[in-house]
Amino acid sequence: MSEELEALFKDMAQSIIDGDSDISVELAKKSIEMNIPPLDAITKGFVVGVNYIGDQFGAGEAFLPELVMAGEAMKAAVATLEPELIKLGEARETMGRVVLATVEGDIHEIGKTLVGTMLSASGFEVTDLGVDQPADKIIGKAIEIDASLIGMSALLTTTMVRQREVIEEMDKEGLRPKIKVMVGGAPITRDWATKIKADGYSEDAVGAVKLAKELVGKADA
Amino acid sequence: MRPKLTLLSDEIIARILAEAYELLLKPGIKVQNEEARELLIREGVVIDPETHVAQIPAPLVQRALESVPREFYLYDYDGNPVVHYGGDSVHFDPGSSGIAMLNPDTLEHETTETEHLVRLLKVAEQISQYDAQSTAVICHDVPKDIQDSYRLYLALLYSKKPIVTGAFTNKTVQEMIDMLSLFAGSPEAAREKPRAIFDVCPAPPLIWSNFGAGNLVQLARAGIPAEIVSVPLAGAAAPVTMLGTVTQHTAECLAGITIHQLANPGAPIVWGGAAAIFDMKKGATPMGAIETAMLDCSYAQVAKTLGMPTHTYLGATDSKLVDAQAGLESGISAMVGALSGINMISGSGMLDFLACHSAEKLVIDAEGIAMAKRMIGGVKQHTDTLATGFYDDKINFKGGDFLKQKITMKLFREEQHLPSDIIDRNSTRQWKEAGSLDAFGRAKVRVKELLASYSRPELDSDQIARLHSYMLDLAKKAGIEELPRLEDYEPA
Repeated sequence: MSEELEALFKDMAQSIIDGDSDISVELAKKSIEMNIPPLDAITKGFVVGVNYIGDQFGAGEAFLPELVMAGEAMKAAVATLEPELIKLGEARETMGRVVLATVEGDIHEIGKTLVGTMLSASGFEVTDLGVDQPADKIIGKAIEIDASLIGMSALLTTTMVRQREVIEEMDKEGLRPKIKVMVGGAPITRDWATKIKADGYSEDAVGAVKLAKELVGKADA
Repeated sequence: MRPKLTLLSDEIIARILAEAYELLLKPGIKVQNEEARELLIREGVVIDPETHVAQIPAPLVQRALESVPREFYLYDYDGNPVVHYGGDSVHFDPGSSGIAMLNPDTLEHETTETEHLVRLLKVAEQISQYDAQSTAVICHDVPKDIQDSYRLYLALLYSKKPIVTGAFTNKTVQEMIDMLSLFAGSPEAAREKPRAIFDVCPAPPLIWSNFGAGNLVQLARAGIPAEIVSVPLAGAAAPVTMLGTVTQHTAECLAGITIHQLANPGAPIVWGGAAAIFDMKKGATPMGAIETAMLDCSYAQVAKTLGMPTHTYLGATDSKLVDAQAGLESGISAMVGALSGINMISGSGMLDFLACHSAEKLVIDAEGIAMAKRMIGGVKQHTDTLATGFYDDKINFKGGDFLKQKITMKLFREEQHLPSDIIDRNSTRQWKEAGSLDAFGRAKVRVKELLASYSRPELDSDQIARLHSYMLDLAKKAGIEELPRLEDYEPA
């Protein structure tokens, strides 16, 4: 790898670490002009930054605003590269399609939105349905987009029971294990996840990405 | 002179209000309840039919602020005005809607059921620092559809104090209003001397949900007091700056009051909240953070400028145990609340971001509240001369001289708050003889004493029968044939 290229990849990673969408977009454009394969720009440049900030967060060195801004900068860079990818017929290998929702009766979504940002930054195609979503809407969307994963959040103990309803409905329709389910939210524990037969649970957004990769069989990606 | 804590200048308060009025127009307030939207549309408010975002003009808000009561009372079972919402009156009540309770022996956070709420009601009933009860925890042993009304039912059975409560849906708020009317004898009686107040939450940022706005409208029409609990989270669901968050809080309260007063001008409503910062490491909403207390003090100042009654959530901790963190967060924040002159301060007894209750913490927090109340009692002048009059002919220049003075006997109870045994002022020897307990250990003893000394209030037997039968009816509709057995009461 030429020194120039190496420096560019390093700048790309840094733009994500700095959470600077303007610079990440600018660098994405520059890489197109330089005829750098867009997939290289993503995997050798930008993703390195996402992984770094994720690790830092996990270690308690980075904070949520930095994590969110890094995710946004990543999204912006990928969006810039996307037309080029399509032109080359070289789609970025998707990690899988995910439907995210806060369950019915619950309007709390800060954590769920954060999970969405981190999943997209890590190569998942995320459809975030938002808050107060009944089982049929969540399941319907998952079928419609051929999702491999559903992620559900709940902040209230009065609404967390809805997670179980969605899973029961999916079992009834024979949608599992094809579609995996992960759950999260303040009152959610590993015990709860086991009890309702979810495929996994995570305490935070960084853990959710790791879990999602495991569930779709791409833990090493 | 009564000490007062103020964090904002008049100039900043004026700017907060001015910008809050701007927010009501741009971006506007999302009103997700149809009835509330109709009330606004009838006044010419422009509402986007797709997004339900309303642009609420200042004159309409100001009209609401003119019709809203500046003060009102909550009454106890015997009809005495006990809680004064207005001015700088300060009251405390236990926090509401916990989902777990600390087992003092195993230290587990147990999922709450009827027995837990009954225990909390019995303890709070006997502590004078709590002027009101709250429907403190959710009883998971009854169906979800009656979990809100069932809490109120228990509070009415086990307490004579006013009650801070809240509904979980638009359907159940009406059931709870009906329950209060039935208990009071008539809707008029329930309205005339309100026993309970209902917390109602907007959703940050700038949303009055179907449920929140629906509750406002129904409570206003019934004339039962409503308490806005606006919960901006600084840095996540509200601007990261305190002033930005207080401004958003102001806009949410102004919009709520407008909807409420349009439904019934003159109905009682409180400017309240549970503002908090957003912890950037844990994604949590720390109730014990000093910034949380500063936000509350600030929005209360804004409310007082408008002459509104006030409420907040302080006196709680994020610790999982009744430990040193619990003591310092609860004590400091209760003090800030009292010094801010906030009419109702909810949160005592609560751990773990308001998720978990503790009866032991309730009795310890009562000491912090007593200290805060002593503080706002201020330094008073009791005698004509401040000191010289104390030094008469009998002064021997000895330490015990003043113990011999009649005025000492007369005034020491006014000058000094006399703490309960929760506060240790023993000699080391006495402390060892008493079992070498820490505050939590002493609180465990005190809770046991209070549970043993409790006797249920003397209520009219017809009233009890009416209440039982109404609750049983709701329970049957929710799919259960019997209510949980209650201590001190025959089966319904």
